[in-house]
Amino acid sequence: MTASGGGDPRDQLVTLVPSLRAFALSLCRNGAQADDLVQETLLKAWSNMDKFDPATKLEAWLFTILRNTFYSALRKSRREVQDSDGIHAASQFDKPDHDGRLAFKDFERAFDQLSPEHREVLVLVGASGYSCEEAAEMMGVAVGTVKSRTSRARKRLAELMGLAEGEDMLPDADGGTAAVLSRSSVIAA
Amino acid sequence: MKPVNPKTGARSSAIKTQIDENLKRVYQQALTEEVPDRFVELLAQLKAKESQQ
Repeated sequence: MTASGGGDPRDQLVTLVPSLRAFALSLCRNGAQADDLVQETLLKAWSNMDKFDPATKLEAWLFTILRNTFYSALRKSRREVQDSDGIHAASQFDKPDHDGRLAFKDFERAFDQLSPEHREVLVLVGASGYSCEEAAEMMGVAVGTVKSRTSRARKRLAELMGLAEGEDMLPDADGGTAAVLSRSSVIAA
Repeated sequence: MKPVNPKTGARSSAIKTQIDENLKRVYQQALTEEVPDRFVELLAQLKAKESQQ
């Protein structure tokens, strides 16, 4: 029997495709791969819908399936390509120029270089509005782990963007001047 | 309690805010993309298959 009220949750799947794609893209950073991941998630969700608890959020349940699918494929490919970290390390990140505009492209490049685990926690907690408790449940880890991983991910992201402690990514009135000044003094030194 | 340098504290919270704004932007951008037909078709096929049974 289907849940009372909402009808068959399978009918809601189509409305959740955009958020599944957004989440998949934040894990893979590759459109084609992300869409394959979404497809696999939809198929699994469809055939396992009897395991969904209608008292919980359908989107969170789908995100859990999606991330688990992603990580099991990743574990497999990491065994095959041992040097993926080495390749990443070799492509050194150029420090972005701070010219007073919102450095969104720089942000995206830095975001691409984060580990999927860091992108995942940042997107769940920072962008898609889940609480640390909900994210912990989806990720199958303790709440404390979500919190510490989030803060490490933010720190790493700031480092990748060339933002040392006290520098500013979006130079505005005084922060920008300070960042530019500290940068020029480094160059001059 | 660890003494907090008000200047550094304010800056790092500014960085945090900016990171979150950019994250939301990355996510929203993907969220507003049009859903490819393949997903609508896939779900329609699954539904059709089930109603046949």
